[in-house]
Amino acid sequence: MRTKQLTSSFGISALAGLAMGAMAAMSAPAMAQDTIKVGILHSLSGTMAISETTLKDVMLMLIDEQNKKGGLLGKKLEPVVVDPASNWPLFAEKARELISKDKVSAVFGCWTSVSRKSVLPVFEELNNILFYPVQYEGEESSRNVFYTGAAPNQQAVPAVDYLMEKEKVQRWVLAGTDYVYPRTTNKILEAYLKSKGVKPEDIMINYTPFGHSDWQSIVADIKKFGSAGKKTAVVSTINGDANVPFYKELGNQGVKAQDIPVVAFSVGEEELAGIDTKPLLGHLAAWNYFQSVETPSNSDFIKAWKAYTKNDKRVTNDPMEAHYIGFNMWVKAVEAAGTTEPDKVIDAMVGVSVPNLTGGYSAMLPNHHITKPVLIGEVQENGQFDVVSKTPGLVPGDEWSDYLPDSKDLIADWRKPMSCGNFNVKTGKCGGKGS
Amino acid sequence: MRRALRWLMALCVVVATSTAAYAADPRAIDLRPLVQALGSGGYSGTEKALAQLSEAGDPAAVPVIEALQAGDLHVRKADGAVVIARKAGDAFTLTDPLTRAALGDAPAAAVEKIRINNALRRAISASLGALTLMSPDAGVRRSAADAVFKSRDASALETLSAAIAKEQDKGIRAAMEQARAAILLTGEAASKMTDAEIQAATDTLTARGDRDALVLLNMVAGSGASDITKRSAAAAVSTLEQKLAFWAALQNLWYGLSLGSVLLLAAIGLAVTFGVMGVINMAHGEMVMIGAYTTFMVQEAFRAYAPGLFDLSILVALPAAFLVSGGVGIIIERSVIRWLYGRPLETLLATWGLSLALQQAVRSIFGPTNREVGAPSWMSGAFELGGLTITYGRLWIVIFAFTVFAALLVALKRTWFGLSIRAVTQNRPMANAMGIRTARVDALTFGLGSGIAGLAGVALSQIDNVSPNLGQGYIIDSFMVVVFGGVGNLWGTLVGALTLGSINKFLEPYAGAVLGKILVLIFIILFIQRRPRGLFALKGRSVEA
Repeated sequence: MRTKQLTSSFGISALAGLAMGAMAAMSAPAMAQDTIKVGILHSLSGTMAISETTLKDVMLMLIDEQNKKGGLLGKKLEPVVVDPASNWPLFAEKARELISKDKVSAVFGCWTSVSRKSVLPVFEELNNILFYPVQYEGEESSRNVFYTGAAPNQQAVPAVDYLMEKEKVQRWVLAGTDYVYPRTTNKILEAYLKSKGVKPEDIMINYTPFGHSDWQSIVADIKKFGSAGKKTAVVSTINGDANVPFYKELGNQGVKAQDIPVVAFSVGEEELAGIDTKPLLGHLAAWNYFQSVETPSNSDFIKAWKAYTKNDKRVTNDPMEAHYIGFNMWVKAVEAAGTTEPDKVIDAMVGVSVPNLTGGYSAMLPNHHITKPVLIGEVQENGQFDVVSKTPGLVPGDEWSDYLPDSKDLIADWRKPMSCGNFNVKTGKCGGKGS
Repeated sequence: MRRALRWLMALCVVVATSTAAYAADPRAIDLRPLVQALGSGGYSGTEKALAQLSEAGDPAAVPVIEALQAGDLHVRKADGAVVIARKAGDAFTLTDPLTRAALGDAPAAAVEKIRINNALRRAISASLGALTLMSPDAGVRRSAADAVFKSRDASALETLSAAIAKEQDKGIRAAMEQARAAILLTGEAASKMTDAEIQAATDTLTARGDRDALVLLNMVAGSGASDITKRSAAAAVSTLEQKLAFWAALQNLWYGLSLGSVLLLAAIGLAVTFGVMGVINMAHGEMVMIGAYTTFMVQEAFRAYAPGLFDLSILVALPAAFLVSGGVGIIIERSVIRWLYGRPLETLLATWGLSLALQQAVRSIFGPTNREVGAPSWMSGAFELGGLTITYGRLWIVIFAFTVFAALLVALKRTWFGLSIRAVTQNRPMANAMGIRTARVDALTFGLGSGIAGLAGVALSQIDNVSPNLGQGYIIDSFMVVVFGGVGNLWGTLVGALTLGSINKFLEPYAGAVLGKILVLIFIILFIQRRPRGLFALKGRSVEA
């Protein structure tokens, strides 16, 4: 027994030694001089893996394509993938590791706002660049972060406008998962709706825990709220896994889009892949990109994606487009600056304009947000979205919402000489209210 | 007069746009340009043409509108003709929407679908309703009446009155009368109606007695109608609201039962491994998850080899999930847990680690995204029972949960295997001395608990995401149920699950889902303080063992 234990533990340590040797060999410094390292900070395990794994894959594809085109500044790009495992403190640790140990030139990553808030101090302290590709609640602007997802005015507000104008909605259910993004977005929307003359009794706000799976009574509540004789709509900031049972329950209880439409901000092609979408026909989503958009650049992108993943059924979604835009912007800025040194690249980023996948150009604004078109899509039977509305021009991302008393006087401008993320136009000083 | 005008209008359009080729068929003259107009001008153009098409009142338009609804109506790019195009392989088969004449095949690129949005979908069901009120098919007439009730399209009033006079079926006539009342009360006609007529109309709606009627009455009560109309509507609203509140309470009870049965299913396997064996099994949720993935695999096999028998896939998945999860459970017991009996802390940590490992294993094999598990047709949809809406899926899960519970009870009380389990858990050395192979019983018991968790996975795959995280959501709830009900007592698990389910559902409408959950937790904490052994505590010597 004892010898057996000994041999087995010896075996394990031998194996571990071998593995470490192999790893050391893989990251041999011989190559380091000739490559530019790009960090990829997306959860590959844990709850958020469902959304973030795809983004890791799309980054690998973009880097691969760039290398085929001859790399950047005459060097090859080298992706460094780490797994923060849906664990928020681990995000900060892994970010530090990427910057200090792996010496990456920029990092593409994060999904949830919590993870972004967790890595933010690291990026500011070590002065590196983060590209954040997900729609979020705004109320933030950092010199070291480029927000390529939508701010609330690029998603939530236009969606509500659409419902108000086209569907004549007068009564609103704001349903969300109980965390920072839905709470802030709903606060903005509530203020916005009230500014449009919606009465407080015509707004119902409902929060549910993460992964909520029993929606029976909440859907019944929504039906009840919708029976007051006014056209009612649901604005959903329900996140991730909770959506599938929510939509299933809507279908089961016969809530049709013709009667009570649901417009969602966190439901894309990827989330619909797990549901039978026939009962959901006509429910809405607001994004800056849909896979169904018919442009030459988009069909090229989809083709490349399917070829890269060797899976004909893989779908594309909005955060993927955000990474596509962010990566191309970074490439362009590095080329313009002639170096990957973060300070110079950050300065070169503002004003960079690259094609997006919906047939236009997106530009980086001084507040480190980008311009995007806003699209409203209706769910189709095949799990795709049919675009029913598109803003005529591009909407510039507004980091500090105009509808919240704490942030309406704030602006961000990272160009010199202002170089401030929360400039208060009333007091004329940098460093106003807000988180 | 109106009809003549309509003809005149149609004639003008025809003269203006079309050739004499269609003149042979009088119907085609009427509809052709309108059908053609469906294909131009985007959503608003289609909507306008649709309104004219239904205004024309010709049933020949019905198949065209149905094709538009189904997304089969396309514009042929070569000449801009509106055609019905149905996918046949890579290409489309084209037919004429009015004459049904075949127009040959066309590649996908040669036609463009006429897209519809929510507003159009509403308009389509309204005009289909108005056009099919006189249909010979009773089912079509009923849905037509429902559609008109929803659309409250005043132009359908004439047809509706004619249809009511002709209608033989009592139920359909009632539906039509409700539709008529809806149009009368909300339309311009309301101001010209007598008090008695208004009262009759509100009575008709009150008799309907559902939420749709309430919507309408609310709308009338809040509108700019005459005082009498408003008052009578307001009275009807309060009657209806009382009635609906009663049904809502019953509905809540049903939701509680339904949530309770889900909790029961998730907890019942744990009642065996934790309750009977005393193993704190943090990987219990992963057994549920494995059951759900087994369902997915079985369904994939059905999709590939026997798509016609898809409705039976769940029935095949049940034994499969039981065997797979049970097998994994036995392997876990033999390899990990048997070394840890009597060491709860180590068991907890080891099974926690196992649960993470199993999750990641499934994530690596099946990918991190959700897998689609379809619902067989007998589990989809809902039916009305009085004022209750009961979904078939939930109903089957309630039945299934109680069946599993009964089966487990019989297995433990009436079989030799159950006897050995009880013997081993109550007094291990004595059971050993009596010739029971305790190690084997341990493994099989753990396998049984895991297998039941697998069964729960089949049921949960119908209502939740099939993702690697599926089990995590249920582990805390399962422990709560077992501890609350009394460790080691199956009846306690049953009562515990149903109680917690009902409390949760009664709190949710008042406190919200987040606070409701917290309140339930606080309730359990207080309860455990008073009765540390749960609702149904075991008594006697076996407690000490």
